[in-house]
Amino acid sequence: MQVPILKQGAYLIATVQSALTDEDLKQLRDTLVLQVSKVRARGVIVDVTALDVIDSFATRTLRDVAYMIRLRGAETVIVGIQPEVAFSMVKLGLTLEGVATSLDLEEGLAYLDRKAKAHQEVRAHR
Amino acid sequence: MNGTQEVAAVTQARLETTGSRLRELVAHLRHQRAQLREEWARLITEAKLLTAMTKEEIFAEATSVYDNYVEALETGTYEALQAYARNLSERIIPRGVETHEVVGIVLLLRDVLARSLFATYHEDFNKLNRILDAYEPAANRIAATVAVGFVQERERIIREQQEAIRELSTPVLQVRERLLILPIIGVIDPQRARQLTEQLLRGIRTNRAKVVVLDITGVPYIDSPVANHLVQTVEAARLLGATVIVTGLSPEIAQTLVNIGVDLGKMNTVGDLQGGIEEAERLLGYKVVLMQEPALQST
Repeated sequence: MQVPILKQGAYLIATVQSALTDEDLKQLRDTLVLQVSKVRARGVIVDVTALDVIDSFATRTLRDVAYMIRLRGAETVIVGIQPEVAFSMVKLGLTLEGVATSLDLEEGLAYLDRKAKAHQEVRAHR
Repeated sequence: MNGTQEVAAVTQARLETTGSRLRELVAHLRHQRAQLREEWARLITEAKLLTAMTKEEIFAEATSVYDNYVEALETGTYEALQAYARNLSERIIPRGVETHEVVGIVLLLRDVLARSLFATYHEDFNKLNRILDAYEPAANRIAATVAVGFVQERERIIREQQEAIRELSTPVLQVRERLLILPIIGVIDPQRARQLTEQLLRGIRTNRAKVVVLDITGVPYIDSPVANHLVQTVEAARLLGATVIVTGLSPEIAQTLVNIGVDLGKMNTVGDLQGGIEEAERLLGYKVVLMQEPALQST
């Protein structure tokens, strides 16, 4: 199952539609990391609202995506983790350390906007 | 007549006339109603049972119980008595009537009636024996029915109250746009901890909260599994994009958290609820300004 990736302004939005195999996850990671500089995106949103299970491989892959994209000069935010999913992840010790998370797509966009603004302010000061 | 023959005769008679003996018994109890009821009520007061009720109430209840009792003996069915026992329990439990009192009065009635049977039939020992054969099992069954009815009613009330306490125990309140508070009062057991997590994560989702203040001023202590659970809840809330500020940690709870080796980088704690709300407002970008003219008129 391929994950559609949409470009919205300066952001890429990947919306997961159904459960993903490990292969799917790897492909999503590679596509996002490749695309982010191709379209000169400043931020990436991965929407996992549709997932009712997020296992250790998925968590690690999502974290890798976030780290790799940061190295490529953009920000990542994971949005739409369901309450039950969040708690079972934490129970398994999967806390997505160092990765930004938001309630939903709207919040994710607001987060990236805020980040971009802060970034510009820092630049203006220089 | 020797002993064996006597026993055989009794058995024979029992088979034939259990019904008629019960009828006779019931007729006797109906006839003596006023006197026996009075005697019973007197014994109840003497034994200091049902102290929560007035004399008149005891007498009124005694009358109904008596009539229901005789009716149960007569018909051999216990549904009506059961319903009455439940109804009675419903009325008297809120007034603080204890189980031993209810069992006590039913046993008293059994004794009063047995005494009256002794008094009436003492001249004819065989007849007394046969009447008691009919009376005792029925009387015991009635006592059990009333006692069980009372206890069941009590348990039902306890279950209802537990349910109510559970529902009340974890309120999720929105104090500002994007800001929730969860005041927790009382001991957190594992079940309540689970419920707390559920309410908190659900509350974040439905209220679209960014910051949650979890106030545990009213929690005297927590054990390490619950402390762990609390920490996990805070982390789960972060995955939903919300920040949890824990306020009002008692020294004991602080000790427990340190003992389980909590990562303070993940836990945002503030001394009291006021500080927690102020910190939350700061995170949300609110600024509370005191107006020159207080809206509240001082008297």
